[in-house]
Amino acid sequence: MEMLASERKNRVWAFIILGFFALVSVATFAYNEYYIYLSIYLWFGLIYGLALQYGRFCFSSAFRDLFAVGVARMAVGITIAIALFALVASLVTAQGLSTFHPAPSGIHAVIAGFIFGMGMVFAGGCASGSLYKTGEGNMNALIVVFSISVSQALFVDIGGWTNKLVPESWHHSALAKGLPASINVGDGWMDQYLAGYVWNHPVTTFAKMLGWENSSALGAIVGNFLIGVILPSALLLGVVYFVWSRKAFVRKMLKQGKEKMTLLDEVKGYWAMLSASKRTAIAGLIIGVAAGLHMLVLQGARVKFGVKNAGALLERMGFDYGISVNGTVFDPGYWYVTTQEAQWVGWMLQKTTGANYMDNVFFGYVNGIPNPAINPADWMSLATIGGAAIMALLYSEFKFKKPTLELATWAIIGGTLMGIGARLALGCNIGAFFIRVANGDPSGWLFGIGMVPGAYVAVRFFNWWTERKMEKQGFGL
Amino acid sequence: MTMKFEQTNEGNYLLDVTGYVCPHPQIYTKKALERIEPGDVLRVIFDNPSSGESISTMCENTGDEILEKKKEGGAFIWNIQKI
Repeated sequence: MEMLASERKNRVWAFIILGFFALVSVATFAYNEYYIYLSIYLWFGLIYGLALQYGRFCFSSAFRDLFAVGVARMAVGITIAIALFALVASLVTAQGLSTFHPAPSGIHAVIAGFIFGMGMVFAGGCASGSLYKTGEGNMNALIVVFSISVSQALFVDIGGWTNKLVPESWHHSALAKGLPASINVGDGWMDQYLAGYVWNHPVTTFAKMLGWENSSALGAIVGNFLIGVILPSALLLGVVYFVWSRKAFVRKMLKQGKEKMTLLDEVKGYWAMLSASKRTAIAGLIIGVAAGLHMLVLQGARVKFGVKNAGALLERMGFDYGISVNGTVFDPGYWYVTTQEAQWVGWMLQKTTGANYMDNVFFGYVNGIPNPAINPADWMSLATIGGAAIMALLYSEFKFKKPTLELATWAIIGGTLMGIGARLALGCNIGAFFIRVANGDPSGWLFGIGMVPGAYVAVRFFNWWTERKMEKQGFGL
Repeated sequence: MTMKFEQTNEGNYLLDVTGYVCPHPQIYTKKALERIEPGDVLRVIFDNPSSGESISTMCENTGDEILEKKKEGGAFIWNIQKI
């Protein structure tokens, strides 16, 4: 009976959270119709949260669990999500309605991926994983979210002695970009890295590399979707199958009296790997389709309101604080996690310390630091936490977990590494990897290539660490 | 709360990784299973839902059998027999 009472209580809480978001949407819309734009982010954020928690969808485990315990389920789940998102995105792109902009491709994406990959294993979850785990009541994940947020906000504004580390060529190149004087681009490591180095790299897609237009059917579907996503994904899953999953399948077949694996058996084995975790596959499916629709719906809202960026809407609504010199705020038009985490800290630091956080490229020139209460992407992140909480409550998996000193240490180290990696790459596992790969941007794959060895190094460290702790309990090998 | 790994009686072991987040519960479970004999039963207590997915797939791969899965107040209690 007690169990039933607690389940009932959980359900009530789940509906209270859902009701809260519904109330926010309706009340703000009644106040001003422009708030529907923020609500679009909110509801897609909620869907991401629901699906992430349901599928225990954590990007960090894609590589980590392969290396640490030989489990391929997340590598498979993410590939399913990417493939479906890529399919929907290519159809949206072919209609000329995509909100996606490719990022500069270069070695920096690999290095950033390495740092980020290490960070996400240390932290126990990636950027999106920390959000959904916070929704499960995991306070350790909340520390990770704070660490990502603070490290990014400080890193993008870093100046002083770090200016000495800036190559002369970056400095001159940054100044030559002719940015507004308020940005002070010649001062600050990140500013000169972005304007003097990253921006000089080519911005391309698989379609463009093959000589096709992004918005053409050939470019979007054959170039970006089939060649840029499906082909490399199928090859990667083939490697995962032969290195990690095949052995268990062969053993099962031998048990059933089979002597030799035929080609048909191999196909069955490959399929068994794809369908091993239904929860993960279903979550991948929902996330993939939702991420594609998110782009479409938001583009529709932009057309309806006649804007290209939420900055214009915020100004029409009377909010002019923290809007970039270009009149923009962070408004990616699709799923994103880290930039809005940097923004709320930037906003808070400028408000409380009085220091100027709008003189750097990241905040001042591109993303702004609007009040988090009216920051569209922050609505998305909060709803992701809320969505995850709803799902965890409904399945009686919500549990308030206090962090321990050991885990908090890993969380801060991991979160900080992720914050730095995300800023160097201009995005996290979602913005720099998931979204870019699915939209045929090679820089997404470069970030992924970096994440693999980064995760591997951190797994090796944790292997050593756990061995040590097992020995301490008298169970040395 | 730190992790606990102990022999409870002949052929039975307990691994308590309550409070731990990914990847710790699955790594500790793997290492605990490496340290016990075939036929022995390992009881794992954890409260990080995503680790459960990894542990069950890991057992499917190795052939170790999950005898029982229980859920108590947000914590998972699984009995795994090493094959």
